Formats: sequence, structure tokens, C-alpha cells
Amino acid sequence: MDFLTLIQIFDSTIRLSTPLLLACLAGLFSERAGVYDIGLEGKMLMAAFFSAAVAAVTGSVWLGLLAGIAASMVLAGLHGVAAITFRGNQLISGVAINFLAAGLTVLIAQDWFQQGGRTPSLMGGGRFTPLSLPLAETLAPVPVIGPIYAELLSGHSILVYLAFLAVPASWWVLNRTRFGLRLRAVGENPAAVDTAGVSVVGLRFAAVAICGLLCGIAGAYLATALQAGFVKDMTAGRGFIALAALIFAKWRPWHAMWACLLFGFLQAVALRYQNLDIGGLVIPVQVMDALPYILTVVILAGFVGKAIPPRAGGEPYVKER
Amino acid sequence: MDRMPKWADVVLIPLISLILAAILSALVILGIGEDPVAAVKMMVSGALGSTYGWGYTLYYATNFMFTGLAVAVAFHARLFNIGGEGQAMLGGLGVAIACLYVPWPHWTLALGGAAVLAALFGAAWAAIPAWLQAKRGSHIVITTIMFNFIASAVLNYVLVNVMRPQGSMDPATARFSETVHLPTLHELLAPIGISFSKAAPANVSLLVAVAACVLVWLLIWRTRLGYEIRAYGHSETGALYAGISPVRITMIAMLISGGLAGCMAINNVMGEAERLVLNATEGAGFIGIAVALMGRSHPFGVFLSAILFGFLYQGGAELALWTSIPRELIVVIQALVILFTGALDNMVRMPLEKLFLSLRKGRA
Amino acid sequence: MTDDQAGGRQAPAAPAIELRGISKAFGPVQANKDISIRVMPGTIHGIIGENGAGKSTLMSILYGFYKADEGEIFINGRKTEIPDSQAAIAAGIGMVFQHFKLVENFTVLENIILGAEDGGLLRPSLSKARKVLSELAVEYELNVDPESRIDQIGVGMQQRVEILKALYRQADILILDEPTGVLTPAEADQLFRILDRLRAEGKTILLITHKLREIMEITDTVSVMRRGEMTATVKTADTSPEELAELMVGRKVLLRVDKVPARPGQTVLEVDNLRVRDPKGVERVKGIDLTVRGGEILGIAGVAGNGQSELLEVLGGMRPGHGQIRLNGTPLALEGPGSDGRARRAAGIAHVPEDRQREGLIMEFHAWENVAFGYHRDPAYQSGPLMNNAALLRDTQAKMQKFDVRPPDPSLAAKNFSGGNQQKIVVAREIERNPNLLLVGQPTRGVDIGAIEFIHKQIVALRDQGAAILLVSVELDEILSLSDRIAVMFDGRIMGERLPGETDERELGLLMAGVSGEAA
Repeated sequence: MDFLTLIQIFDSTIRLSTPLLLACLAGLFSERAGVYDIGLEGKMLMAAFFSAAVAAVTGSVWLGLLAGIAASMVLAGLHGVAAITFRGNQLISGVAINFLAAGLTVLIAQDWFQQGGRTPSLMGGGRFTPLSLPLAETLAPVPVIGPIYAELLSGHSILVYLAFLAVPASWWVLNRTRFGLRLRAVGENPAAVDTAGVSVVGLRFAAVAICGLLCGIAGAYLATALQAGFVKDMTAGRGFIALAALIFAKWRPWHAMWACLLFGFLQAVALRYQNLDIGGLVIPVQVMDALPYILTVVILAGFVGKAIPPRAGGEPYVKER
Repeated sequence: MDRMPKWADVVLIPLISLILAAILSALVILGIGEDPVAAVKMMVSGALGSTYGWGYTLYYATNFMFTGLAVAVAFHARLFNIGGEGQAMLGGLGVAIACLYVPWPHWTLALGGAAVLAALFGAAWAAIPAWLQAKRGSHIVITTIMFNFIASAVLNYVLVNVMRPQGSMDPATARFSETVHLPTLHELLAPIGISFSKAAPANVSLLVAVAACVLVWLLIWRTRLGYEIRAYGHSETGALYAGISPVRITMIAMLISGGLAGCMAINNVMGEAERLVLNATEGAGFIGIAVALMGRSHPFGVFLSAILFGFLYQGGAELALWTSIPRELIVVIQALVILFTGALDNMVRMPLEKLFLSLRKGRA
Repeated sequence: MTDDQAGGRQAPAAPAIELRGISKAFGPVQANKDISIRVMPGTIHGIIGENGAGKSTLMSILYGFYKADEGEIFINGRKTEIPDSQAAIAAGIGMVFQHFKLVENFTVLENIILGAEDGGLLRPSLSKARKVLSELAVEYELNVDPESRIDQIGVGMQQRVEILKALYRQADILILDEPTGVLTPAEADQLFRILDRLRAEGKTILLITHKLREIMEITDTVSVMRRGEMTATVKTADTSPEELAELMVGRKVLLRVDKVPARPGQTVLEVDNLRVRDPKGVERVKGIDLTVRGGEILGIAGVAGNGQSELLEVLGGMRPGHGQIRLNGTPLALEGPGSDGRARRAAGIAHVPEDRQREGLIMEFHAWENVAFGYHRDPAYQSGPLMNNAALLRDTQAKMQKFDVRPPDPSLAAKNFSGGNQQKIVVAREIERNPNLLLVGQPTRGVDIGAIEFIHKQIVALRDQGAAILLVSVELDEILSLSDRIAVMFDGRIMGERLPGETDERELGLLMAGVSGEAA
């Protein structure tokens, strides 16, 4: 494996980590506020379809992005109504949202485009184009640093940079702002927030809305940047890998980034090598596919440090009698 | 006092939820420019208008009874088993092994043997998440989701690298032998003079599924183990107080649940495909969630809602065949049923409770 | 809060708080019925009543936690709508709940500013709060370390944080709901000194309690609540504990249980050097030795949270422990196989647990299912592989009749019985087994007076049949009137044993505070 191959694998790691990272941060906001979300997958899928559909019709990827975010936020709102307003089971609501997205996207795609549940391929302004970082061309010939800068760091779509900037931003919001303090409090002990005169419902809806926003960007990235259009079930379990990464990261932003990079790396390797040969030991591609899930189970099992979720997670808030 | 009469809780709330889901589904059909009334007519005639339709409806219903019961049993112990899909996949592997590597003399023995192996494989796949929940407190919802993905990777590996016959490009096992062929409803009913469609896949597994409904009912409501499962489901501290081991109940409930999900394979793998293919489960494990929620985790309710979903599946397939409505409509309906009967239960329940309260006050 | 503001408020005679005709129903339960009170500024007003009398509901309405169905609230003479806690805080009301509303993995400071931050960024809010806190500490002798995490400080400190939270929000009216339930008598005294100080500064305090002693000690005026209604409001100086008790329960109270002296027999239970750790690894019981003989009641007194619950739970097989316990000379397992509730019952230990709703009963189960709870493996309840429901129904009917459970309907779910009748079902189930040893935890918590007497009589009757009884209660009155011997627990240890005739509440209170007999 030469240096250039390595650069290529890392480059593809970054591309593949981006949707995971956005979805993972989305889940982080929701779950730190005490609302479990296993519907990340559905929201991403819905956003992927609407962003691709609107981008295909209008030719504007930015309108597509907005449409994707809007679609994802509608589903997030539905989750909020079920989980917060009507105090329903958050897990069941998440399951329902995943199916809703899986069904509706194909149904609408078929109705609008008649292409067997996909959107037309996006071209030109319908896609996010790679951004070239300053001096990329100039630095490219420099050994080692040149390829790292020009190939690995430069040349991604703007959403990639956005996703990685969202990591410090999320950390800052959670730990340095009033909103973050209240958000974390409502995930630990909503009664404390309520008796302090702050609306539990309002905070949780805000968290769920942020979750919708980030899932929307994640979905739009999938359909308009990573690929050129929507195809049926194109999220392919990424929402669940993001969930796995969230647990792996123990609900912390910086750790979430590392977890997503790790899982993205696994995907990149699996994509490049069908069967990976490490010193005579052949690792079948299926192992690479399953590894994120296996690692998450190991983390959940507490053999490698215990993952303790926010204390009020999954529980609807009911005032005590 | 209870806030509502029992019949309202058991019948009225699911019915209203179902009607709400139906109304929204109709709107979806309208939205894509089709006529919901015509669609329903086509679904009814396609799914129930012929023995062919019934044969498919009941075939799907058989799958959903197994997976619905699986979810329901776990629900009674307050465990949310989303892993029915993976457990059913592994059940398929068990059936394939039983059917391919054991020279059964007769289908009855094969059915028994395959069912046992299917249940064992399904239970084994549920056992790890169950043990992790019971001993390490790992959230079973997340672990069972993860195990679904791991199961599909396992199945993929086995079908591509191990069980695929030489020379075949298809990631599937060889066809099972003729002796393990399960009689279809056509073959079962013909001797007693009822003619049933030859082409439909409903088979003797349906009877096994119905028997499973009865057995689960006995287990949950009439045995000591069922008493302990329900007690644990209502209150873990209560179970500890009564000397009911949470670890034991978690394990047993999940093993039964996984076993039931695994048993689905005798229907779809042994009864229909007669070989193991990739994605043999076709999401039936997830439909079990909707079926159990709709059926209020009661075996009789599961039986009824499994048939309802069987009807939806077959009806939906007919729609996809004759109109421009894709099969995914069923997925939407399934989502709406889960949403209304599961997550939005309180939306229906709270106004109803108020209504009954004011009725009672009015009478008093 | 400056002195002349407080002084200015004391001059006119507008009450700090006035409630007019407050009513509140939860579904079919009427929690508050047409309640009116007036509380003058700069006074401590007590509200006393039995569990379930509606005190907490009333205060939650005043704090905007619940919305009243009817009635009006006046603060400082002005009609005030309090739809939520925010409005209550704006009106100058602070509340210290019985169960603290703190975020456990936040620091003291973070908890104090939560909801009262200045601006969107945390840093300025935190430094301002740090300053205010040190001022409040001087003014009211309320010292806490602002950087400690809540889960690392004791309950007494946590309560101070709650009071500081209210003061930080410049509350003039402070509501305290059962504030001494988790405190030692010494900590309670300290709290009362703080309340005294607050009153001197012109704050108005509403103190909710069911302990007569506290009312007599600290309040200026007192209201009595019974079954959702306010039955009387009097000046504390003009009343007596006896009169208040009568107002609370509506008739003369039997303060002592009628019982003949105990005739202890053979030793039934021996506990040697018992140690218990909680799941987090904290040692809750730190080496206990005790014995209970047949025909006697050993009462364990102590403030909640000093290891009594863990002691009962180990003996009842609900959690593991270390050390030795013997029943009639036979050692019982403390961990692993044979240490669960099932084995305990087989050995003849019956257990009336501290929390009947979470432990003793399955609230969704019918009464007839609950009558078998814990004994559901009894062959008498089986027929073949199935449960014998007919036998269960018969058994339930008999027990309901004998213990006067109302309504006597075996197919009613446990949640639909009153607290007293739920407890009767549990007591009937456990006592009717004729156990060698009966473990009893808080037998009359949330139980009406009539049922209390009945339950006490049943426990004494079981003693007189020769059973050994281990009673854990945080109610000193109950301990003093039921026990034949009293052991006091503090911080996981037994501080001393006393005979009920030779001790009093003062001495027990000292022991409960960890002051050993020799030192006192």
C-alpha cells in the first residue's frame, strides 16, 4: 500500500464520514436533551430525496439543500409531537419515522419522476462541487505535505467543511452557552429545568429541530454531493452507524468526530478492497461491513469503558404527582 | 377507578388509531393522483377475492404471526426486541442447514427438526443482546438493531462463501429436496374436498403459527412463567422483591422471542422459497413491531393484526401490479400504524379518557 | 434584597400570600377543595396534614407547577396569575421540593444559575453567581462549595443549594415541602436556624410537614389540611399538639398501640457483621450485628438513607451483602444462588416492603394476582403446568374479608385501591403465611389513620403468636409505640439499642444524628 493509495483511502474516509458525522451530531443534540432518536436514518433519507428532487427540478443545489432540511425538519417535528407533546414511546416513534421515510420517498419519487423510485441524475448546478482550498495547486508538488493538502484536505464540497466545523461549534454551544447548559440539564433532570422556570417542551423541541436541521444537511450531502441523485434506500443504514458512533463517542462532540472518522474509514476500506489481505489473514468484506456494529455492541457491553447515556434519555417528562 | 372501561382500551383505541392511519393512507393515495376507493376495492379483491389471494394473504400473515408474537412476548417483559429481522434471518440459516444436511424420511419430521433448529438459531441470535441487557445493562433496542446488521453480514458471508453451490452465481443455497416440501393449503384441503389455489404459497406453517398463538396465550396468561414475565415487565423492583430473577426473565423472554422470530423461516424459507436466499425475510421482522403494537401484545390481537397486515401486503402487491402505486405504499401504511398505535397512543387516549370521565360524571 | 425593601413590605397589612377558593382535581380524585389562606409577610406559616391530604398539591399550584381548576392567588395584595414556575419566580416565590430538583452531574453553581442566567454565554453568569453566592453565604450562614458536583455532596448540602437557588432568584416567599424528611435532627435544627434568619430578614416562609414537633417549634401560624380541605388555621401559640393531631385526622388519635408486654422466646434472626454495598460500590451498611427473638418486635429507627432500607432488602433477598445471617440457627446465603426472595420465603421470612407500589404489589395486576405475588410458586396455586386461578380467587376473597379490604373485589387492579387498602393486601399476604420472621418497612407510609391502627394490631398479633418481627420506620412515634426493643441506625451502623420505656424522642434523636450514647 503506497502513500498515494493511503491518501486516496483517507480522502474517501472524509467523504464517507461526513454524512455520519452530521447525523451523529444531530443525534447528539436530540439525545443530550433526553429525546432518543433512532429515526436519524429516516430523516436523512427524506432529506436526500427532497434535496435531490428539488435540485433536479430547479437546477439549484442550494434550493435542494433547503428542501432537504425542510423535509427532515418536518419528520423531526413529527417525532417531537409524538415524543414530547404526546409523551409517546420515543423508540417506537423513531421506528415509524424510518418506515415512513422509506415508503414515502419511493412513493413520491415514482409519482414525480416515474423512474422506479429514483430522481433523475443531477448535473451542473444541481450538485455541490468540490471546493479548492487556497494554494492547493501551488502546494501540490511539495512532497508529503503537498498531497495531504491538495488531495486530502482540499477538493471536498462545502458541506464536508461545514460538518467538521460543526464539531467545535457543537462543543461550544453545549458547554459554553446558556442554551447548552439548559439542553444538558433537560436531558439529565427535566424537573430541575421545569422548576427553574424554563420550558422543558420548548427546549426539547429546539433540540429536536437542530437534530432535524443536521439530518437534513446529512441527507442533502448524500444525494447532491456524495452521489448525483436519489436512489431508493440510499442511506443504507448510515443513520444507524451514526447512532452507533454516538454511543461509541459517549455523547460527546469531539469523540463523535473520531468515531465517525473510524467508521468512515471502515467503509472506505470495504469499498476499495473486497477482501482485505493483512499478512496472509484474509478479512472478508462482510466483516468490514459489520465492524461498526460489532464495535458498538462491545462498547455498549461496557467491556471498553461504559457508555452512560443522559439520565432522562428516552423518558417523556411527566410532572410528578 | 380506571379512567376508561376495558373494552375502550382494548377495542376502541386500536380501532380509532387504525382509522386515523387509514385516513392518512387514503390522503397519500389521493396525493399521488390515485383513487383511494378504487385502490381499496382492488386490494380487497386481490387479497380476499380468490383462494389465490387468500393463499398469499395467509402466507404473509403466517410470517407476521411469528414475528408479531416475538415482539409481543418481549413487550410483556418490557423489552423492545427490534431484532426480529436478524433473528428470522438466522432462523432461515437453521432451516437451510436442517433441510440440506439431514436426510429426513418425511416432511413432518423435517418440519419438526427445521422448526427446532430455526428456533434455536433465532434464540441464539437474541441471546447475546439479552445477556448484555441482563448482565451489562446494554440497551437492548440498540444492540438488537446492531445485531440485525451483523446478521445480514453473516448471512451474506455464508451464502456467498459457504453454502452457495459450485458454479452458481446466485448468493443462495441449493434447492431443498422434494421430501422436505411442506404441503400447501391446496394439498391439505384437497383431500377434504375444498379446492384451494395451487399457486398460492400458504402452507402447513400457518397451522404452526396459529398453534404458536394459542401456546403463547397459555404461556403469558396461564402459566407461572408468564406471570413472572408480566410481573417483571410491570416492575423490575417488584420482581426482585418477589424473588423473580431479572436476569433469568430477560434471558427467557428474549430466547422465546428470538425463537418465535426464527420459526418464521419454516414458512418463508422451507414452505415457500425452498432454499435460502439473501433478504429472505423481506422486512417481516419489522412488521412484527406494527403487528404487536396493533394487537396490544395479546396473541389474539396479534393473530388478527397479522391477518390484516397479510391482507395489506397481498393487496399492496396487487396494486403495484395493476396500478402505478408502488409496493412502498404498504411501508407507509405500516409506518402510520406503528405511529398511531405505538407512538401517538396518547393522542387518541387522552381525549377518550376525558370523554369517559365526563360521561361518568354526567351519570353520577 | 435590601433592608428597607423588606421593612417597607412589613408596614402595610397586605398578606404576602393569599389563596382564595383553590380547587384542583386529578381525574376523579379531588386533591384540593375550596382552599383559602392568608399568610402575613415576615412570618413562618405551617401547613400540616397527613400524607395525601393535598398539601403538596396546594403548594405546587402556588408555584405554578400545577394549574388550579378554580380559585385566585394574591401576592402582596395583588391578584397574580401563576400559570407556570416562571411566573411564580417572577412573583418572588421560591420552592424547595421534597425531592430535590437538581441536576446531579452539574456543579452547585451551574444548578444555581440554571434558568436564571444573564445573557447567552455562561462565563459571565457563573462569575456573577459566584460573587452573589459568597454574599448570601455571609448573610444567611449558607455555606456550600460552589464548584462541587451535586452527586458528591450530602443531602443536607443539596437542600442548601435548593434554598440558595430560591434566594439567588430573589425570592421573598419560600415554600419548603417536608424539608426534614431526609435530615438528621441536628441538620433539621440547623435548617430551622436558617429559616429563623430568613424570617428575621423579612422573608415569608411556608413550611409543609406532617410532623407536629416542627410546627410547634418554628411556625407563627398553622393551617391544618385533611382530605383536600383546609380544616383550620390557628396561631401556633394558641394551640397544642393534641389539638392539631385531632384536627389532622378528624378524631381523637390513639397515640399508643394497645399491647401486652412481649414474651420473647428463642432467637430467630441473628445478623453478624453484615455489610452491604450499593450498585455504585458505596458501602451502605457497615458491619451490623443484631438479633431478633421470637415474640418480639425490634424497631430500627433512623433518618431515611442511613442503611435501614438496604438492611431490609438484604434480609428480604433483594440485594447481595457480606457477613452472616442465621435463621433459627441455619445460615442463609447472602449472595449468589439461594440468596433471592424466593429462598427467603422458603425459609419462612415474610416481607412487607418499604414501597408497596414499586415492590410489594404489581399495580397493574388484579388483586387476586397480587395475593400470590412472591408466593406464586406455591403448589396450592398450581394445577398441572398452569396457574390455578380459581384457587387464587378463593384465597383472595378469604384474605380480603379477614383484613377488611375495601372494596372486596378480587378482580380490581391494585392501582385502583386506596393506599391503606393496598397495604392491607400486602400485609394480609405476608402475615397469613405465619412466617418465622416478618420484615416490615414503613408499614404505614401513605396509609390513612384507620388502616394504620388495623395494621399495627395485625403486627402485634403476629408477634403474640411467637413470630420475630423486624420493623424499620422513619416515624419515631411508630417505632416508640410498636417496638419491644429499639436499635438506632446512623450511617450504616447501629448507634445503640434502647428499650422504649427507658428512652425518649430526644435521646433517640441524638443517636439518629450519630451522637453515640456515651458522648451524649
